[in-house]
Amino acid sequence: MLAVAVILAIALLPVGSYLALAVVLIALTAGSLVARLGPLRLVRGAFVAAPFMLVAVPLVFVRTGDPLGSVDLGPLNLTFSGEGLRIFTTIALKSWLSVQVALLLTFTTPFHDLLDALRELRLPRILVAIIGFMYRYLAVLGEEAQRLMRARAARSAVAEGVAGGGTIAWRARVTGNMVGSLFLRSYERSERIYAAMQARGFEGTFRHMELRPIRRVEWVALGIGLASLSVLLLAAHVWLPHA
Amino acid sequence: MIDAIARGAVEIQHLHYAYPDGFEALKGVDLRIGGGEKVALVGPNGAGKSTLLLHLNGINRPGHGTVTIGGMAVEGANVRRIRAEVGLVFQDPDDQLFSPTVLDDVAFGPLHMGVSHDEIHRRVEHALDAVGMAGFERRLPSHLSIGQRKRVALATVLSMDPSVLVFDEPSAGLDPRGRRQLIELLKGLTQTVVVATHDMRLVAEVLPRTVIMDGGVVVADGPSAEILADDALLERHGLERP
Repeated sequence: MLAVAVILAIALLPVGSYLALAVVLIALTAGSLVARLGPLRLVRGAFVAAPFMLVAVPLVFVRTGDPLGSVDLGPLNLTFSGEGLRIFTTIALKSWLSVQVALLLTFTTPFHDLLDALRELRLPRILVAIIGFMYRYLAVLGEEAQRLMRARAARSAVAEGVAGGGTIAWRARVTGNMVGSLFLRSYERSERIYAAMQARGFEGTFRHMELRPIRRVEWVALGIGLASLSVLLLAAHVWLPHA
Repeated sequence: MIDAIARGAVEIQHLHYAYPDGFEALKGVDLRIGGGEKVALVGPNGAGKSTLLLHLNGINRPGHGTVTIGGMAVEGANVRRIRAEVGLVFQDPDDQLFSPTVLDDVAFGPLHMGVSHDEIHRRVEHALDAVGMAGFERRLPSHLSIGQRKRVALATVLSMDPSVLVFDEPSAGLDPRGRRQLIELLKGLTQTVVVATHDMRLVAEVLPRTVIMDGGVVVADGPSAEILADDALLERHGLERP
């Protein structure tokens, strides 16, 4: 809950409010220290955000305000703009920090607690169930795919003096067949799982154990967190320097 | 109400079943199993063993014939109660364990039967204790060994407090230690037990009665000691001596 709020707050911070972003970074680092996560783990994981940063790169060139200089690339004349650069830096930092918040959450919280939390946030039960199944069977599916690939590798021998491997079209066909067979296997498995659910009395509605009540400490922590975020947002818009 | 004598008794009469594609898997099965009996169901692949097992709690419905559990016919409104009476343990524990945690999975049956939450917690604890997996409640099924997963799979039906336990290939894929633990577990069960298996040593050790199926019918039924000693009979149906 707090994590979603933090990400939202980060997204709402104005362009160029580096100081506010630094505050969030410090809070995050403190959080990961409390959780005894190596700081490197978060930083490394946050490279997931790299593609989003890449998307923001053109902004440096398409914004027109405050030109800083230009380069000629053949027919292209690219002009750096100060405004674009600031937007880019902000987007990069924001996405980086948002991913770090999400990572902090997933590293510190067991998956089933996250599912409980989603249920508590009134996400439809069927969606929560699907996410749960996905998480459970991703590993099983991965193992099955690995077995298929191992079987292919085991038979991908090359006779001496013959160029092995076959044409690209042939390889594509083999891969296609593998994907198809993986799909069929998954489909059959889903039928067996459904039979197993029916056998234990499932009749179309998911029921769940009662949830652990939210403790007062957690309410207080949530309150403090939301309050400080609001202060930070307000400060960033009103007092702190930004472009 | 299920009376005490009939509890756990299984009666199958003239059972026929054809799959939607027309393949006739069962061609008139007759079988009576008394409450508390331990029976092996053996026979070559494709003999109809798994198909028969799926009839015992109404996943498959008979084309012709009847199946009764503890005096209740497996049909219509009875099916819900029969699913609580008959615990089906599937061959692949990854099919049986579909919940995020062991606790959720063992609680699934009683939860969907409408048992109260206090009672569920008691049953989960009891079931995990019975299979030697107490303390694994918060673990993820994918983080368990295959032997542990099989035992949790058994706990998921024990928590429903069934009178009949049905196993499909329980010893497949187990290492010797896992197999030993399974055998001890099976020996300790007081419910009616039906085990479909190719593991003839398991049969000899745990199950006093053997039923051979082949081609969709029961071809032999008797004390395991006699059947497992009849080389000619075993060979006719693609089986081997333990």
